[in-house]
Amino acid sequence: MTLHKAPAVEDAYVPSERRIARERYRRGRTRRATAIAAASTLVVGAALFVLITNSPGWARTKETFFSAHYARVAFPQVLEGLWLNLRLLAVCGAAVLVLGLLLAVARTLRGPVFFPLRALATAYTDFFRGLPLIICLLMVVFGVPALRLEGVTTDAVLLGGSALVLTYSAYVAEVFRAGIESVHPSQRAAARSLGLSSGQALRFVVLPQAVRRVVPPLLNDLVSLQKDTGLVSIAGAVDAVYAAQIIASKDFNYTPYVVAGLVFVALTIPMTRLTDWVTARMDRRRAQGGLV
Amino acid sequence: MHLAHRPLVITALCSAVALCAALAGCAPQAEEKRASAGPGATASCTPGKLATQVPGKLTVGTDKPAYAPWFADDEPSNGKGFESAVAYAVAKELGYGRDAVVWQHVPFNSAFAPGAKKFDFDINQVSISEERKKAVAFSSGYYDVRQAVVALKSSKAAKAKSVADLKDVKLGAQVGTTSLDFITDLVKPKEKPAVYQRNDFAKSALKTGQVQAIVVDLPTAFYITGAEVPEAEVVGQFAESPGRPEQFGLVLDRESALTSCVSGAVDTLRKDGTLAGLEKKWLSDAVDAPVLR
Repeated sequence: MTLHKAPAVEDAYVPSERRIARERYRRGRTRRATAIAAASTLVVGAALFVLITNSPGWARTKETFFSAHYARVAFPQVLEGLWLNLRLLAVCGAAVLVLGLLLAVARTLRGPVFFPLRALATAYTDFFRGLPLIICLLMVVFGVPALRLEGVTTDAVLLGGSALVLTYSAYVAEVFRAGIESVHPSQRAAARSLGLSSGQALRFVVLPQAVRRVVPPLLNDLVSLQKDTGLVSIAGAVDAVYAAQIIASKDFNYTPYVVAGLVFVALTIPMTRLTDWVTARMDRRRAQGGLV
Repeated sequence: MHLAHRPLVITALCSAVALCAALAGCAPQAEEKRASAGPGATASCTPGKLATQVPGKLTVGTDKPAYAPWFADDEPSNGKGFESAVAYAVAKELGYGRDAVVWQHVPFNSAFAPGAKKFDFDINQVSISEERKKAVAFSSGYYDVRQAVVALKSSKAAKAKSVADLKDVKLGAQVGTTSLDFITDLVKPKEKPAVYQRNDFAKSALKTGQVQAIVVDLPTAFYITGAEVPEAEVVGQFAESPGRPEQFGLVLDRESALTSCVSGAVDTLRKDGTLAGLEKKWLSDAVDAPVLR
């Protein structure tokens, strides 16, 4: 606002005295608010620190939850376990998105001929969204090999991964469906009137808008999936959290859990920032009148 | 301008009040119990008059489900099963009759949490180790335990004659057990062992062939093959680690004033043959398994 360009242009905007004063006053208020917020944060932080470190059990708590020795012991094993979480996240995440989208499309198909497909998709989402994940895992991991079918894997990770896909695709299908149904019917009508077929209208008009709208909740589900990949450990596979538990229950020290927890938080934060970035980029494109 | 201060002042006041309330809420726990059972309390193992959690009662913790042959019918208070019997014998030695023993459900993972315990001692097949002694106190060992390998009769693991024969076998064990340590430290198998939350899951995996053999303590091994998975057999037991036999101990709070009393009771029971008798009664078949070397 208060730019003073060297070549003075005749009709250059010169803010009034009043305006300058008002802006100065506002900046002062902002500085003051920031200072107060910082001071109050410091006070609260210091109070919490004093409270925790002066509590009678602090020495013991520090030793049990924040032991440098056990942190060093646990870190490499937790990272090794994390590799399993990441692989599961990548493979299951992709499968969940594809299956979820197919289910959502199946549920939103019109026309009486598609009724069985719609009914099946509805039954699937209802069932797997309701079924507790842990039960789904136990059934798949121990139930499927018990059938003793030829050619069906008994690999715990593969089975556990399929159970995750079953449950999460039901959630994600509903997210996609919400997105598809949020696209105004006029968009479809317009697409059809331009001569696009029903499939083309879905592919080029409805889905791009629908997907864009549900990116934040989708990434939410992905973060959730990232944490739930650890549940595969019920089948005996060792993920990051389980690696921590193995050390913790061997030597009765909780530090490995803290290490594993921090590793997961460190993994989630970039994912959240990625979500923000993706959303912001999509908003920009929409504002410029990009696709559709 | 003057008005602008108001919300700030009010917010500051509110936060101060909230903080004070929070601080008051997290006041340290009362320490009377520890204080009353202070330094002078070590020698006073007066029968029935210990500084227990609930005066006049002895609170004993164990996990749920409570497995056979250590307990019977998942009901610790029935006095059946080795550990239930040991708990009642220790209680009697300390001067607490059957009616004065109260059982508490204590998950394995919370038995070693720092902070106030809700049990006087916990009995849950916990092996004594130096590392664990940093977190909890142990009584003297009440049982010398051996680890054993259980495999399906049809699998190649069933033919193992030595520890080396187990190297190519997919093994499983329960988390937090020394069985798992035996696999990782002694057998060192080529394939990573499967680790289960509970022995139930390990048994399922054994039945369905997801693991070829599991490692459990010897009495459990005989119970599994005898009652639960008849198509499996005990392949053999591991030799004791030289110099320090593995023992199960009762778990107490690290600061507990009862530790010496409870240890004294266990020592007495071992000396007068009660423990051996209970072992014979509840764990009788745990004798003849070939030793894998």
